[in-house]
Amino acid sequence: MSALEINNLNKVYPNKLTALKNVDLKVSQGDFFALLGPNGAGKSTTIGIICGLVNKTSGSIKVFGHDIDSENEAAKACIGIVPQEINFSQFETPLDIVVNQGGYYGIKRSIALQRAKKYLDKLGLTEKCHEPSRQLSGGMKRRLMIARALIHEPKMLILDEPTAGVDVELRRSMWDFLVEINQQGVTIVLTTHYLEEAEMLCKNIAIIDQGKIIENTSMKILLSNLNKETFIIDLISPIESLPELNGFDAKLIDPLTMEVEIEREKSINDLFKLFSTYNINVCSMRNKSNRLEELFLDLLDSNSKED
Amino acid sequence: MYTQSTLIALYTIVRKEISRFTRIWVQTILPPAISMTLYFVIFGSLIGPRIGMMNGFSYIDYIAPGIIMMSIINNSYANVVSSFFGAKFQHHIEEMLVAPIPNSIILIGFITGGIVRGFMVGAVVTLVALFFTELNIHNLGITIAVVFMTSVVFSLAGLINAIFAKKFDDISIIPTFVLTPLIYLGGVFYSIDMLPEFWQTVSSFNPILYMVNAFRYGMLGESDINITTAFLILTLFTCVLFTVSLHLLNKGVGIKH
Ligand SMILES: Nc1ncnc2c1ncn2[C@@H]1O[C@H](COP(=O)(O)OP(=O)(O)OP(=O)(O)O)[C@@H](O)[C@H]1O
Ligand SMILES: [Mg+2]
Repeated sequence: MSALEINNLNKVYPNKLTALKNVDLKVSQGDFFALLGPNGAGKSTTIGIICGLVNKTSGSIKVFGHDIDSENEAAKACIGIVPQEINFSQFETPLDIVVNQGGYYGIKRSIALQRAKKYLDKLGLTEKCHEPSRQLSGGMKRRLMIARALIHEPKMLILDEPTAGVDVELRRSMWDFLVEINQQGVTIVLTTHYLEEAEMLCKNIAIIDQGKIIENTSMKILLSNLNKETFIIDLISPIESLPELNGFDAKLIDPLTMEVEIEREKSINDLFKLFSTYNINVCSMRNKSNRLEELFLDLLDSNSKED
Repeated sequence: MYTQSTLIALYTIVRKEISRFTRIWVQTILPPAISMTLYFVIFGSLIGPRIGMMNGFSYIDYIAPGIIMMSIINNSYANVVSSFFGAKFQHHIEEMLVAPIPNSIILIGFITGGIVRGFMVGAVVTLVALFFTELNIHNLGITIAVVFMTSVVFSLAGLINAIFAKKFDDISIIPTFVLTPLIYLGGVFYSIDMLPEFWQTVSSFNPILYMVNAFRYGMLGESDINITTAFLILTLFTCVLFTVSLHLLNKGVGIKH
């Protein structure tokens, strides 16, 4: 049984906009799954339909075997959702928000209170838990929504851009937190525009563009598709012009910086041998962009050409 | 029937609804107390003695039930319309929508909030009335039943208003242009016996007339209309509005795209 199984999902909004076209998706139990795609691709729409916030046009969805139409409540009980937009009352305190959410899931108030304190503490919100939530910073609001999503200890946690607008340090601690939850057996589905985040955290991945799934595979397989990488090479001493680097596609950006595309089957050693021959001294070398990012852009590019 | 977790969900919604309007009591409880005090001062104490008796009661005694009922109607409606619209507007209605709560429970939860507010404001206005006159209760059962059913009907009406409302203006249009005229023309301040026959007939289409008179009957034992008719009308409105609201929630009108 999959944690999530989406079959032939279609969504046409009342304004006639087609947001999803025949989406099929499977997420296995215990997975850490990334749903990626550019703005307006249909990620939030998909998530909204899974959680019961958006009406689907056609198709079926099962959450841990429970159909969201025929076993709506059983399906909902399995899901914790962290939405993209803030959706709690700005006048209530974080503690009330989380405890009430527990109540909506049928958790006794005394238990909900203990759990709420635990999760608010884990997310670093203890100090703020009695202040009106409008006084929280943007990053704190996101963390509050994570605490709220965990109150009923769901089997699957869905996060729609949880790290948008969160500072670097906090983002890292959020990653650790998510990894920890995932290790405890919670299936995680994540959308993000930070591709390094997806690359670092996720085992499996789907890419959606203009309402269609254009790639659905494991992160390993996807990255192995990468047939060339672009490196930026910083030089110790400036050079006037590029020598002939046989078999490598290189260009000089400025006298101290070089950009080289290296195909997968080529050895980087060869490049460095050439550098030695020409007496070019390298001080550092890095990827031009995140590896997943290059693939992502390639895929989107070829998808738009097919249309 | 409902499971224990559903009842916990209901309790949570009701608790939240009550704490919402008690937290902002300056906007929810105080204004009706003040405006109704003014009604009692002006119509009861100042103008009332000049009007004389109305159907065998002093004017202030005659209008007191009407004024209490007016505040109950206004407040149960206002509570649900603003709470539900606020939840929609700030999107925290989604907190309930993602949870495994049957729509009927969400509905009953909001309605209960409206009923409690209706009763609370009704009680406050009754206390105010006691400063101006003595109140007797002719039939406690009927009095409570009328208050209960009326607040259910107007809570449901407020909910439907909130479901269709798209902006803040939309939640004041109905109260201003429909509710207020119906209340004022619903026999709060006069007996419809005073009206020409034509206007009596027109008034008989105003549901609020039946509620105000049934309540007046509960307190004074005096009514322009038949009490059984009043309860039938209240029951009919409750059933129809409940079914309509539940249907709208099930379809997700105004809350799901
Ligand atoms: N309520 C709505 N009514 C009409 N169209 C909508 C509605 N919500 C979203 N859309 C449209 O549906 C498409 C998909 O939107 P969606 O929010 O699912 O994208 P997304 O992948 O989450 O994008 P982002 O990364 O920007 O959050 C977009 O074209 C959007 O304009
Ligand atoms: Mg989105």
